[in-house]
Amino acid sequence: MARAEPALRLTATDLACERGGRMIFSALCFSVSSGEALVVTGRNGAGKSSLLRMVAGFLAVAAGRLDLAGGDPERSIGEQAHYLGHQDALKPALTVAENLDFWTAWLGGTGDIRAALAAVGLGSLDNLPAGYLSAGQRRRLSLARLVAIARPLWLLDEPTSALDTAAQNALRTLMHDHLARGGIILTATHMPLGLEGARSLEMGVRP
Amino acid sequence: MKALTALFGRDAKLAVRAGGGAPVAVLFFLIVVTITPFALGPDLALLQRIGPAILWIGALLASLLALDRLLAADLDDGSLDLLTMSDTPLELALAAKALAHWLTTGLPLVIATPLLALFLNLDLVASAAVAATLLVGTPALTFLGLAGAALTVTLRRGGLLLSVLVLPLTIPVLIFGVAASNAAIVGPLPFGTPFMILCALSLTGLVIGPVAAALALRSGHD
Amino acid sequence: MALIDYANPSKFISLTDRLLPWLIGGAALALAFGVNQVFGAPEDYQQGATVRIMFIHVPAAWLSMFGWMIMTISSLGTLVWRHPLADVAAKAAAPVGAAFTLICLITGALWGRPMWGTYWVWDARLTSVLVLFLMYLGVIALWRTVEEPTRAARAAAILTLVGAINLPIIKFSVDWWNTLHQPASVLRLDGPSIHPDLLVPLLVMTLACGLTFITLHLAVMRNEILRRRIRTMHLLQAQRAPGS
Repeated sequence: MARAEPALRLTATDLACERGGRMIFSALCFSVSSGEALVVTGRNGAGKSSLLRMVAGFLAVAAGRLDLAGGDPERSIGEQAHYLGHQDALKPALTVAENLDFWTAWLGGTGDIRAALAAVGLGSLDNLPAGYLSAGQRRRLSLARLVAIARPLWLLDEPTSALDTAAQNALRTLMHDHLARGGIILTATHMPLGLEGARSLEMGVRP
Repeated sequence: MKALTALFGRDAKLAVRAGGGAPVAVLFFLIVVTITPFALGPDLALLQRIGPAILWIGALLASLLALDRLLAADLDDGSLDLLTMSDTPLELALAAKALAHWLTTGLPLVIATPLLALFLNLDLVASAAVAATLLVGTPALTFLGLAGAALTVTLRRGGLLLSVLVLPLTIPVLIFGVAASNAAIVGPLPFGTPFMILCALSLTGLVIGPVAAALALRSGHD
Repeated sequence: MALIDYANPSKFISLTDRLLPWLIGGAALALAFGVNQVFGAPEDYQQGATVRIMFIHVPAAWLSMFGWMIMTISSLGTLVWRHPLADVAAKAAAPVGAAFTLICLITGALWGRPMWGTYWVWDARLTSVLVLFLMYLGVIALWRTVEEPTRAARAAAILTLVGAINLPIIKFSVDWWNTLHQPASVLRLDGPSIHPDLLVPLLVMTLACGLTFITLHLAVMRNEILRRRIRTMHLLQAQRAPGS
């Protein structure tokens, strides 16, 4: 993790999103560099989630462009990013460790699963079926994915939902570490995250 | 490769663990085969003659209905999103999922076939022939069904629509599967020709299914 | 101690701890005695030694229905009296009942081979047992699908009761269907009334198999209670961990 990442820069130019024939947002411009966090705010329906899903590659770019300068040119932006959405992507029938094992193998990580589970406070539950976890614990398990697999760009949609104060603090530490390593965080939230030096982007305000 | 084996292993595990759908498909197959004589009558000579057809129809319906949750479960819990974020191509991911699905639901149908053949009074040669044709034919059903599952999952529909979309596509598999079985039992056609065509259909399906399914997911995803 | 006290799962576990060794020994002895009786019985003048299959086939057929009866009573216990052990009894009876039904089908097929010249004919009685077997598998599939025991219990209880009401209807329909189509090749099984030399071993085997059924049922119930305790402990472990 200590290796120096080349400086990255995620740039959106005149970005537009269209869903079901309706323009969600258009002419959106922003840019974030290594070590920076961009907090996306705005009313419901302003397109915060859509923006994150577009950067992750789940939604087609209707107009404008998205670039990740300094990244791996062989891989798409989504392949260099982590996406933490409203759903946990966990299988209740698999154990906590099996769930994390699978995503680590699938997303090409080599990270230590025990360490990642310990970092989110689930170290003692690795052999339990994920179906036994509470909503907050499931969320923590999703966060463990971000720790186990090193990817420079984090896309976090309401990352604090279902988390208690202790877990929110743990998340803040994880985000600080990620930024310190030269990562980029793009997050949509209604709640203050307590990240110093984070820039903010308010959506849904017509210029 | 490590990623694909992990995905294959995960899907196989999910299918056989408590709550998985794999044993239910075999049970469905058993019930379809059991119910047919109630409609046809218990005449063993008649059942023997149309036995391969009954077994093929049963296996066809069991494979298709089991496909309903193949992608829908991953869509519901958000796994489908994350599956697209790997540098492993989506086509290969879908092929691995389909293979795991065939291994846990298609193969048990093949294994159950000789047993069910007893109910229909098929002799050893006939039941071996039907099992062999199902062994090489059911992968084609799974791969064609995969494309249908991808189409319906993007529309957030499943069940009957999936079967309506996919059943017409499976007609060639049914034709050559039953033809090969009957060729082995009564002749006069050689068994080899339809059997080879059946193998070809499965191999074609292995290519077409995942590519079409990936195309459907990419275009319909939101 | 009153009988009602055994409704408590812990008491039930300690009771089965004491009872099971005796039951296992008793069932084994009864089976050994029964098999000895069976081989002492005279051979049928028409069927030869194959008639001995009857001594396992007929008790298995009776117990296959006995299993569904236990499930029906237990289901009433779940739905009406909300007895704490009722759904455990219902769940445990399903695989045991299915196993005896399968034994009945397999021995029927093996008996049919020399009698009818084929392993399977769509004889009304065999076919009814096959339908019963499918219904057992359906109940087992339902138990497997729902992870949470109390929810699964209610669903399985309703299915069991609907099945119990339908079983006579199914039996009647299958009989009607079979006589409608009665193929000439099928021999009727019911010959002259049974000779006492055959009746005694049959009764002994029925008792032995019944004892085996009860032993297995209690053992499976015990396993199920222990399995649920492990599940509860896991849930507690998850609850005590941070972030729950």
